[in-house]
This record gives sequence, C-alpha cells and structure tokens, in this order.
Amino acid sequence: MPKNTQNELHSNYLIGTIILIGGGVLLFFTMISSIHFGAADLSFKSVWEAIFSYDGDKSSHVIVRELRLPRALAAVTVGAALAVAGAIMQGMTRNPLASPSIMGVTAGSSFLIAIAFAIFPAISYTGLISFSFLGAALGTILVFGISSLSKGGITPVKLALAGSAITSLLSSLSTAIGIRFNVSKDISYWYAGGVSAVQMEQLMYVAPFVLAGLILAIILSRSISILSLGEDIAKGLGQNTGVVKFLGTITVLFLTGAAVSVAGMIGFVGLVIPHIARFLVGVDYRWIIPCSAVLGGLLLLVADIASRLLNAPFETPVGAVTAIIGVPFFLYLARKEGREL
Amino acid sequence: MNHSLSKDKRKFKILMATTSILIVLMFFLSINAGFISIPFKEVIDTLLGKGTEHNELTIFSFRLPRIILALLVGMGISISGAILQGISQNPLADPGILGINSGAGFAVVLYMFFFQGTTFLTGALSIFIMPAAALIGAFAAAILIYAISWKKGRVTPVRLLLVGIGINSAFSAGLIVFQMKMEPIDFMKAIIWLSGTIWGTNWTFVLALLPWIFILIPLTIYKSRYLDVLRLSDPIAISVGVDIERERRILLFISVALAGACVSVGGGITFLGLIAPHIARRLIGARHAKILPATALIGGLLLLSADTLGRVIMAPMELPVGLVVSILGAPYFIYLLVKTV
Repeated sequence: MPKNTQNELHSNYLIGTIILIGGGVLLFFTMISSIHFGAADLSFKSVWEAIFSYDGDKSSHVIVRELRLPRALAAVTVGAALAVAGAIMQGMTRNPLASPSIMGVTAGSSFLIAIAFAIFPAISYTGLISFSFLGAALGTILVFGISSLSKGGITPVKLALAGSAITSLLSSLSTAIGIRFNVSKDISYWYAGGVSAVQMEQLMYVAPFVLAGLILAIILSRSISILSLGEDIAKGLGQNTGVVKFLGTITVLFLTGAAVSVAGMIGFVGLVIPHIARFLVGVDYRWIIPCSAVLGGLLLLVADIASRLLNAPFETPVGAVTAIIGVPFFLYLARKEGREL
Repeated sequence: MNHSLSKDKRKFKILMATTSILIVLMFFLSINAGFISIPFKEVIDTLLGKGTEHNELTIFSFRLPRIILALLVGMGISISGAILQGISQNPLADPGILGINSGAGFAVVLYMFFFQGTTFLTGALSIFIMPAAALIGAFAAAILIYAISWKKGRVTPVRLLLVGIGINSAFSAGLIVFQMKMEPIDFMKAIIWLSGTIWGTNWTFVLALLPWIFILIPLTIYKSRYLDVLRLSDPIAISVGVDIERERRILLFISVALAGACVSVGGGITFLGLIAPHIARRLIGARHAKILPATALIGGLLLLSADTLGRVIMAPMELPVGLVVSILGAPYFIYLLVKTV
C-alpha cells in the first residue's frame, strides 16, 4: 500500500473517532438544550430534576417528561435511523442517488396511510403507525421481490430501477386516492408532521425495530464495504452477495419503516448524511455507518430545535429545516475535489 | 450481443411502425372520449370540415390542442431524460435531477401563494403567467446547478448529480414551507400541478412549444453519436477524440430547454423521462441514433394515453396525467425489468 494512502487511512480513522466521540458529546448537550427551548422556557435545573427526580405535580416536570423528552429522543432516533438506512442503500446499490425512500419504503407507507385516511377517517394514531409499518413492508417486499424474480437476479441498477418504479407507482396511487377522497391535505400533514407530537408510547413501539436495525447495520458494515466495491469483486472475495443484500434490505426496512411511522417523510437526512460521512471518513462502511448515525441524529435534533425557533410560536416543517441546514454544507463538499463514491 | 445487425434493424422498424400506428389510434380515441363523447363518424366528419358547429368547437378548440400538447410534451420530456441518462452515466437520472421539477414547482407555488385570490391569478393573462413562472423557475434551478458544479472549466457527471441532489432538496424544502401555509383550495391546485397535468387546452401553448420540440429533438438525434460515446466514460470519450466538456454542455442545455418548456405546460411529469428511454433501450439496444426516435414516440404515446385515460376514468373529475403515467407506465416498466437481463 502506498504511503500517502496509508496516511490518508489513518487520518480517516482519526476523523472518524473525533466524529463519534465529539458527536456523542455534542448530541448529549444538544438534547439538553432541545428539552430547554420551547414555548415555555424551562430552567436547566428543572430539566435535570424532571429527568432524575420526577415530580408529577410540577407542570414543568410534566412538560419535560410528556412533551420535550420524547420529542428530543424521537429526533435523535429518527435521524440516526434514516442516515444509517441511507448509507446501507448507497453502499448496496453503489448509486449516489439511492436513498431509503427508493426501496419503496416511504411510498409503501404513504400508500397504506392514504388508504387508512380514505377508509377509516377516525383512525387512532397508533393505528396509523401500524398501517405505516405494514405499508413500508409492502413496498420493500415488492421492490425486493421484483428485482430477485427478474432474469439475471438482483443487480444494483435493477434494485434501484425497481425501487423508483414502485415508488412512483405507489405514491401516484396515494396521491390519486388523496384527490379522489379529498384527504390530500391530511396525508401531507401526516408526512410533514415531524417529531413534534411524538409520545413516549409511540417511541417505545418502534424502538425495538430501530435498535435491531442499528445492530444489524453494524454487523453488516464490513460486508457492505466489500459489496460497495462491486458485485464481481465481492463475489471474488467469497461473499454471498445475495444474503448480504437480503439482510441489508431487512435492515433498511426496519430503520426506515420505524422512522417514517414516527416522523413522516424527512427526505434529506437519508440521502445526504451518508454522503457527508463518506466525504469525512472515506469509503469504509465500518466507519461510515456509525458516523452516519451520530451525524444524522445530530442534524435532525438541531433541525427540530430550529423548526421551533424560526417562526415561533408556529412550527416550520422539520424536513424543510434539515434541508436548509444541510444543503449549503453538502454543496461545499460536493465541490471539493478528490472524493468519489 | 448475438443479435445480427439486420435483425436489430428490423426490430427498430417494427417498433417505430407499431408505436406510430398506436399513436394514430390513440389520437382518434382521445378525440372521441371525454366528458361529451363524440361518435367516430362525427369525429371524421368534423376533421374533414363537415361537422356540426358544436362538435367543431369541442374538437378544434379543446381536444385537438390538448392532444397535440400531450404528444409534444411526452416527446420532449422523454428525449430530455434520454440525454440526461447518457451524459450523467446514471440510469436513475431523469429531468427532475436537474432541478427542473422542483425549480418550476417552487416558482409556481410561490406565485400561487403570493397572488392567491388577486386578479393576477384569475385574470385572462394568468394562464400565461403560470407557465412563464414555471419556465423561469426551471431555468433558474438548472443554471444554479450547472454553475455550482462548474469547477476549473469542468463539470463531471458525479458532481452534477450530487449538486443536483442538493439544489433539489433546497427547492423541495421551500416548496413544503409555502405549501403548508396555503389555503386548502390553492393547496389542491398546487398538488395537481406538481403531479403533472396538461392544462393548456389552447393553440397558443401548442405554437409556443412547437419550435422547441421541432428544433431540439432533431438536433439531439444529430448529436446521438456523441451521446453514445459520453455514456461510456470520460477517459474513453476523450481518447476517441470528443471535446467532452463542449458536447456535454450543449447536450445538457438541450435537455434543460426541452424539459423546462415541457414542464411549464405539463407540470411535474418527469417519471416519463425516466422510463421512456429505458423502455426504448430494453426493446432495441444501445445505439442512440435508434433509441432517441423510439424514445420520442414511446413518450408521446404514453403521455397521450395517460392524458386520455385521466380525463375519462373519473369524469367529470380529472386525474393528473403524471399520476396516470406512473400507474400505467410503472407496471410495464417492471415487466420489462423482470423479463430482460
């Protein structure tokens, strides 16, 4: 291995370590401030007390426990889940345009949500989450099924093409349902909803999926690095690429399904954070995946705080804020020479 | 490649003949069908100048311009997609990647938002202002993307795609922010526009779009050999002796101009730009001299069929043509995906 490449590798690991540790610390402090800021300003002391010595009679404690804490936790969970799912997608398909939504996950979820709104107008929040998850699974099964049924088996291009076809089909159907049954605004609100109204109970409902997804992602990260070199090389190195792709898809389904069910459509994180992580730590997915998790959680948390403050007391859709924060940085990185996929 | 050359030639001829015949059939069917159904005999009488005044009005002032627009827009968007997939070396590229969708959509939504209910939106001029706004938005986004991707006199495909992703996210974010603040009626209008709909039942639009299509599409076909080379990879293109930067810039400009003009009268129908070239490629191989004409005809046919169906299926309500394109096109696209290697 040439010397400069080795140096670069070392500096990548250094940057990666800094991101993981520094990001973790930053994440903690941002969470505290996320709980602190809002319509009713709470002192840091009462935030501390509410978490560690809870008193159900104090209104500030109730606000922290019932509203702010779930919201902050949800932002971190959703951001991390989307970013990791995006990293896996881009690694598996070797395509910079791949994002979690391309596996048909979000489109499938929006399709079943549209049906739920059209048929059961009085459906509960938990009911909607279940529908959303079912839809996410439906979309993924369709995309994965089609590409594995096709002649010549699953190739990255085919996976991506089948994904965008299914996405387009399902989201068109849900828009059509929206227009026909006059529920498009309901659907849009659900998807632009973000993490503002999340309750602990819902978070508990999806937490196992996110946890399982993250663990799977870290276990798979080595295989995904190899797969990202190309199908032929991966096979040549003795990898069973079919199994890796299948497990990767399951992971994406768990992570994105959970994220979409809690927070609706937050597009930018899954697409852009993996790029940013790759720009920073290089092409090794053992680093990209954990760094994506930290950066994704951080981005969504900051965006969620900003969405409360930008136009207070109204909330700006958090998906829009993530884009406004992330785009300039992303463009800067895209212009920097030397880093390819 | 075990196809003989003459077999490919025959395939190409058969495909061109079939799509042409289908377009003619669809043309008559589309005049015949609609809110007021006109019998075939009367359609022919009216076209020969012997029809009733009522039929003449319906056919010449409403249906004919719309049918021609659908054909033109379908051709333009598909060719634009074919060019983009060639120069970006990415099978997932469609005109939306250049910000054409989101830029035009943002301009239209901004216009709807600021002038809602004023005479500006309802006056006689308004039907021309909306497409103008869309055109300006589309070009602004495309220029922005090209300018940011430009570095040291070069625009590499990867950078173009990455910057495209970034700018697209920014415009979509702006779109969401304004959309959420809209009145429900305007919101519905915006959704319908964004889903893609041919609204210009007016000869002026046909005349405005005609020169773009009839100059740019032949020009693209004339340039097809450069597309063949650019699609391979930059080093190969350079070694063959192509001035890649110049050719890429010209082709990119053609693609933006075509898609911008089409989106301004047809709304966000860029999925057509993704699938039409793929369908052509999967049916008749990889030479652009053949793919481009076939793509144009397939695109025209698809959009005309979709528009006709969209008018009839939920009459008197109209389903946006972009949705019908996806619902019709995606299954066929998936079938091709499964069938071919």
